[in-house]
Amino acid sequence: MSGGTFVGMPSFPKAAHEAVHNQTLRGNLRHATHTIRAKRANAVAEVSDWAELREAGKQIKDHTLRHLDRYLVQLEESVTAAGGTVHWAADADEANRIVTYLVKATGESEVVKVKSMATQEIGLNEALEAEGINAYETDLAELIVQLGKDRPSHILVPAIHRNRGEIRDIFAREMSEWGRPAPEGLTDTPAELAEAARVHLREKFLRAKVGVSGANFMVAETGTLVVVESEGNGRMCLTLPETLISVVGIEKIVPTWQDLEVFLQTLPRSSTAERMNPYTSTWTGTTDEDGPQSFHLVLIDNGRTDTLADEVGRQALRCIRCSACLNVCPVYERAGGHAYGSVYPGPIGAILSPQLRGTQSEIDASLPYASSLCGACYDVCPVAIDIPEVLVHLRERIVEGGVVTRDGAKVVLKPAKGHAAERAAMRAARWAFGHPGALRTGQRFASRTRRFHPRTLPGPGKAWSETRALPTVPAEPFRDWWQRTHGGNKSGGGAK
Amino acid sequence: MSSRDLILARVRRALADVPRDDTPYDQAFERGYLREHGDRSVEQTVDLLAENLADYRARVHRCDADGLAATIAGLLAERGSTSVVVPTGLDPEWLAATDVTRVPDRLDSTPAELDRVDSVVTACAVAIAETGTIVLDGGPDQGRRRITLVPDHHICVVRVPVQVVSSVPQGLERLDPSRPLTWISGPSATSDIELDRVEGVHGPRTLEVVLVSGE
Repeated sequence: MSGGTFVGMPSFPKAAHEAVHNQTLRGNLRHATHTIRAKRANAVAEVSDWAELREAGKQIKDHTLRHLDRYLVQLEESVTAAGGTVHWAADADEANRIVTYLVKATGESEVVKVKSMATQEIGLNEALEAEGINAYETDLAELIVQLGKDRPSHILVPAIHRNRGEIRDIFAREMSEWGRPAPEGLTDTPAELAEAARVHLREKFLRAKVGVSGANFMVAETGTLVVVESEGNGRMCLTLPETLISVVGIEKIVPTWQDLEVFLQTLPRSSTAERMNPYTSTWTGTTDEDGPQSFHLVLIDNGRTDTLADEVGRQALRCIRCSACLNVCPVYERAGGHAYGSVYPGPIGAILSPQLRGTQSEIDASLPYASSLCGACYDVCPVAIDIPEVLVHLRERIVEGGVVTRDGAKVVLKPAKGHAAERAAMRAARWAFGHPGALRTGQRFASRTRRFHPRTLPGPGKAWSETRALPTVPAEPFRDWWQRTHGGNKSGGGAK
Repeated sequence: MSSRDLILARVRRALADVPRDDTPYDQAFERGYLREHGDRSVEQTVDLLAENLADYRARVHRCDADGLAATIAGLLAERGSTSVVVPTGLDPEWLAATDVTRVPDRLDSTPAELDRVDSVVTACAVAIAETGTIVLDGGPDQGRRRITLVPDHHICVVRVPVQVVSSVPQGLERLDPSRPLTWISGPSATSDIELDRVEGVHGPRTLEVVLVSGE
């Protein structure tokens, strides 16, 4: 594991190739994803109107994205009116600069953090560290990742690749470096591990002056932010510090308070398979004499408006980060989250990362191929993102090139290298289907020579055909057979 | 150009292909889902609340208004608590039967002081039966958010049936978004170790809910 960074990741096939040979990793992932799959199915089956909730969630998000400029301005007004300060960041660097400035303005050199995908995406912890500010992750799984100098591998449970024994070892070895050491004789029972985390983090919570969070939802109408969590670390970070800084992607808006009635039903059941998660906190600006008296909201773009510009790909912005798609994905289950080279792994990561970051890098260009297109992700998605549709769309863009939006400007992508054979094959197919005479001749030739066909392809096709059975060519082309058996029947279609 | 204007301009350009749509918000989409699941009597709704709270490891107790003080006193004694945080607006009758040290919810008390208190007793704003959720809104009988967070033992009193709704949509209707809300469904828990639920991380590890009738 290379020191907690995703920079310079190899392509998905290379990274996945190593991961699938890691027996421990595969065992851990199989166990965890199968546990949650069955539970989620039960939690969803409990509500008879799941399909309607899903449809409403999709429509609310689509409506919001369609009027995103209006809702962003409305949100800014309501947050400001409630005593908060709104900042706008076009990219990761700008967001990090804003947060660093805000922390320094408090005179503090440490912050406690609620688990947040947005701050992971922008690399906030590393940016703060470079400025001499310690950021303590307080979510149990994030703590395991941070202590283990590891990378997250799941949206909801970033340490899903670790089993209880590995977690025990990390705690016993690393906790003393960061603060209160793990208790003597710590065993690997989950309850004891949770207790160790409680004791380790409590001193940090109690002295914290600055909290940093993300948010699951922001309500434009009221300026309310929502954080959904389980452990209570979120409540600690949101209520004990004097200053709260929330870093949130611009797509996290819902128009009204009432809209939460959909997502507060679909999110917990989709993510942890619970009727309701243990704790949900909502806050609107600041409240006199309760909680942080200074509240900053940092709204980040960082590739979201570029994603919004893609007619097919924009649906990825509906995502509420439940991670149900990861838990059902056969590719994720075998390759694990690290192979995706992003804080967003799994099916949603395969369509989100290449859109947020562009497809210039090897890893991003390979992500849309990290799927068998089985569609299980689409079935479980609580906001009905058609992930296979976007995957195919992105594959086409990578192979064919074309116009995309990067940093707000239209640019023309060149067709990717390495797909020359695929493109040549497609061109040949197009020509053949456009010339029936040539097609017929070719098919007859293939049939007559079929005894001599190799079982695997030669040359560059070797790797592809090693893991696939080549289709058997019939003794007679279909069209000849049709002509022979149904010949003379002009109406065709086998009708008598 | 400020980043604000830059981002808003990018959003507008990104949506250039989308036809103009003036459908008002309240007609923009269908809310085809249910307002509540199932058809229950008031008593059944309260029973469902109790059942779902217990399912997520909250300890549920039921009593009438006359028995409330004794119930709370019993729970504090059973826990061995010697001190309890009390919200300023909590009905003093509720603690009439116990002599544990009362710690008022004060602005200037520190988190470390709260950490030394054994228990906290509060009321709630609303309870949601289908999900086994109690919601606190920081009202005078519930106090600041931190008092129900730092102590390890939370006793929450729900007035039944008046404070109980069936569903999440009904719960949201009753709540005021301008207040800081805490939705609680069972004690603190985590699924972070092998995606299996374990109770007891940072929030109160013991949650006792007293359903009091006939107030």
